This record gives sequence, C-alpha cells and structure tokens, in this order.
Amino acid sequence: MVALPTEETAIEIDGLRKSYGGLQAVRGLSLRVRRGEIFAFLGPNGAGKTTTVEILEGFRPRDAGDVRVLGVDPAHGGRDWRARIGIVLQEGKAQPNLTVRETLELWSAYYPHPKPVGETITLVGLDEKADDRVARLSGGQRRRLDVGLALVGNPELVFLDEPTTGFDPVARRAAWSVIGGLRDLGTTVFLTTHYLEEAQELADRVAIIKSGVVVAEGPPAALGAGAATAEVTFVPPPGVELSELPGGPAMEVFDGVARLRTELPTRVLAELCGWAVQHGVELERLEVTRPTLEDVYLELVQSGDVATAA
Amino acid sequence: MTDAGRFAVQLRSDLKVFVRNPAALFFSAILPVIFLTLFVSIFGNERAGDGYGNIRVSTLQVPGFIALAVVSASFVSLAIGLTTVRENGVLKRIRGTPVPPWIVFAGRIGTAFVSATIVTAILCAIGAAAFGVTVPSTTLPGLLSTLAVGSAAFCALGIAYTRLIPSEDAAPAMTNAVVLPLYFISGVFVPVSQLPHGLRQVADVLPVKPFVDALTVAFDPRTTGVGFAGGDLAILAAWGVLGLLLAVRFFLWTPRQQAG
Repeated sequence: MVALPTEETAIEIDGLRKSYGGLQAVRGLSLRVRRGEIFAFLGPNGAGKTTTVEILEGFRPRDAGDVRVLGVDPAHGGRDWRARIGIVLQEGKAQPNLTVRETLELWSAYYPHPKPVGETITLVGLDEKADDRVARLSGGQRRRLDVGLALVGNPELVFLDEPTTGFDPVARRAAWSVIGGLRDLGTTVFLTTHYLEEAQELADRVAIIKSGVVVAEGPPAALGAGAATAEVTFVPPPGVELSELPGGPAMEVFDGVARLRTELPTRVLAELCGWAVQHGVELERLEVTRPTLEDVYLELVQSGDVATAA
Repeated sequence: MTDAGRFAVQLRSDLKVFVRNPAALFFSAILPVIFLTLFVSIFGNERAGDGYGNIRVSTLQVPGFIALAVVSASFVSLAIGLTTVRENGVLKRIRGTPVPPWIVFAGRIGTAFVSATIVTAILCAIGAAAFGVTVPSTTLPGLLSTLAVGSAAFCALGIAYTRLIPSEDAAPAMTNAVVLPLYFISGVFVPVSQLPHGLRQVADVLPVKPFVDALTVAFDPRTTGVGFAGGDLAILAAWGVLGLLLAVRFFLWTPRQQAG
C-alpha cells in the first residue's frame, strides 16, 4: 500500500523557492500542516511570509519546490480546489452598499456547498448587524465579515492573513473564540500573524520564518521549553548581600530584582527557599519563568543577521 | 446552484449596489435627463444646418444624450467600479473563490444594460412628450440593435481601460478626461457641423460619434427602412472587439497600488 499523506496532511511544502529579480524572498522553505490543526506562521516583515501564503493560495507562481494544498498543486488549482479553501486577505474590503446578509448571500452563491448564511452570521457574531450596510460596520465588525466570507463556502482549509490587526483587546478575544471554534468544526487554519500572543493562544503548532526559511517549528509551548534555561527572580531581602545567598555569585540585579538563569530550577529553588526559611525571611515576588514564545521568537529573529546574510 | 443561477444572484446584487450608489445613479441617470431638458430648452428649435438637412437640433440632441447615458452606464461605470473593487482587494478575493470570472463581469455588464435601457426609455419619453422628438416605429429595430452594440462595446472598452488607471482616486478623473472631449467632438453637446473639418475626421473613427450617428439615424424622420446604420455599427463593433481583446489580455485582478 502506498501511503496517502494528503489524508492527514493539509499543506505540504518541500524546498519552496521564489525570487523577485535578484532578491530571494523564499529560499528552500519546507513545512507540513496537519489536517484539523491551527497552524501559525510567524516572522518579521520581509521574511517571505506573504509570498509563501500567496503561493499556497494560488495567487503567485513559484520558482522551485513541491507544494501541495489539500493534495493539489495550487499553481493548477481549479474550481473544485478553490471550493475547498477560504481566504482572508490582509486587507479586505467588501461592497459598502450591501448589507452583511446580502454580501454573504452573494458569496455563498460562489460556492457549490455553502454553509447557510444565517449560520455563518452567527458563527462570526454579526447577528445584530446582519441587516446593516457594510459601510456602517466598525473596523472589527468588517474584519469579522471578512472571516465570514472565508467561511461561507464551508472550506476544509482557511487562510487567515493577520486577521486581528488593529483590533482592540476585546475584539481580539472575540475573534480568537471564532477561530478557535473552527478547530471544533474540523477546519484546518493557516494563520499568519504579528501577534505572538495570538499564536500562543490559538495555534496547535507554529513555524517561525526568517529570511525565507523556517528557523523553528513546533507547538508554541515546546518552542518556549526548548530554550535551555529557566529564570528564577525575586527581590533580595533588605540588608542581605547577594553573595550570602546560595547561587549568589551567578545572580545579576536589575531594577532591584535578582535574576538567576539555570537549567536546574528545582534545585535552585530548593536551596534558595531552604536558606530563606532557615533565616526567617520572605523572598518577595519569587517567580520561576520559562521563556515565552515571544522570547524565543525575538531571539531567533534578532540573532545571526550577519550569518544568514552571507 | 448552476452558473446561470449564480449570474442571476450576481446581477441582482450589482443592481442593488448600483441603485445605492448616488454618484453612479446621478451620472448615468439623472445628469442625462438634466442635460437633455436644459439643452433642448435652450437650443432645440434651432436648425442643425448643413449635413443634417434642415431638421431641428432637438432631433439630434435626444440621441446625443442617450449616447451620453449609455456611455456613462457602461464605460464610465465599469471603469470606475472595477478599478475601485480591484484596488480594494475585492477582485483578488473573488479570484480566490470558485466563481468563474465571466460571472463577475456579466453582473456588471447586465447592470449597464438594464440601466441604459431604463434611462433610454426615460429620455425617449421626455423627448416625445416635451419636444415632439419621436422614434418612428419602423426604426425601432435599428435603435435597439444600436443600443445593444453600443452598450457591449463601451462595456468592453471600460473593462480594458481599467488597466491604465492606477488608483481608485484617479478613476473618475481619468474616465471623464476621455469621455468629456469625446462628447464634445461627437455631436452630443454641439452639432458636429460646427466643428472644424479635421476634428470631425478624428471623431469619425473614435467610438462615440458612430454611436451618436447610429442613434440619430433611428430618430431622423427622413430615415427609410429599419434605421440600421451598418457602417457606424461596424466601427462600434470593431472598438468593442478591440476592448474585449485588450481586456482579456491585460485585465488586472490584484491592486496596482500593492507592492510586489
């Protein structure tokens, strides 16, 4: 039996390359997106994100590499393939003179097996605005309509390009619950975002792209944990020299907070706490932190600029 | 749903957008009515002069403003409307759906036909009621075929012209910069007999004057037969085919202002 990887793989990219003139935007990028997962695609501006996404969406040709989206080469994706994907572009606008319902009714006619329009309106939380013209919607409501337009065709795979840019925190939470809800429907989501918090909150797995290649890939928590060290922080008790503390010589103090980086946080804590109890003092604001996705991201993106430029 | 059903949904939606767009409605429907009423009131009883026998100017002005209405509803509306949705990213998004591209154009072309037909009927009614300018029933086939060929040709040219328009802001100015001079040299505002000879020759091979002339044939009481102006329609159709070829070859679905 030949394995049919497309059954559990929504997107497969191997050695993707794309240049504009002399500029290599994507240089040998490979990744896999599983069916039913929310996959976040992160990277700084100019890293090749948009180029990659537009190749996956069938908007741009590629120079080299194998690409399969739902088992089909997007460069030759026909009507049947388009019916299975939904796209939210970075900047979307709808006809201002149609209502939310009219807009979705038109778009549902574009697809062979659409979701009922009313159901889509509820899904993106626009019930109260269903009969308002698009011109009268707020920015966040328009973006939700954008998401609705991508979902009304009942897609197996949705591309969301920076879906919450410009949202206030409440609107962002609301959008997250919509996107999270897609996972429950079994829809695969390919999410491009600038907000690491968004990726951490929503994504089953993330890929970080830099200078046209993937530099890290995995579940957000694992990427954070993958960094070697944890950090123990606390406010040193008044009148105590750091050198009196276990591990003291390795500590640094910043803004009145002592920090110790360690690969053995349990042991460091046990020693510190033992010392504090013995001396009858409280270690104020004692914390152990793992690097967040954001820390990992910044480290990856900011490091080695010279090396990759060669 | 079949593609014919999709076309019906698209057409209904585009008609809604059209009647809810005050600018499009004004230029395509209200302005021609105002122009017709004003110009015919002021100049209508003058004689058209040589080249037109001795008919009254009003007989020329009714078809002239019908031409203006049709060009507004087709060329101007499509050029501005399609540029707007292209720059807004709406067209790119539509490209990402399974809908066949012809449905997107057909909805707008259908809207142009519907609005051109209604405005023509209104202008004919005003012409007949207020100024005694009528279409002889014998030339009705000529009038209808001219309207059909003209609408189609100017739609094709409007779609093709979007390729030259760089932004949404530039669209109204760039389309009017083309059509306003054409109206002036094609007998819409002033009889062609008052124009210099060289300008008339230029106008003869551009699309608006043949359109006006073909419409005028249908309105001219001296016309015998069905009023089918073969030569003028051939020039119009040639422009339509050119527009179609350019549109198919060069039409842009993605915003021009978007880098890359």
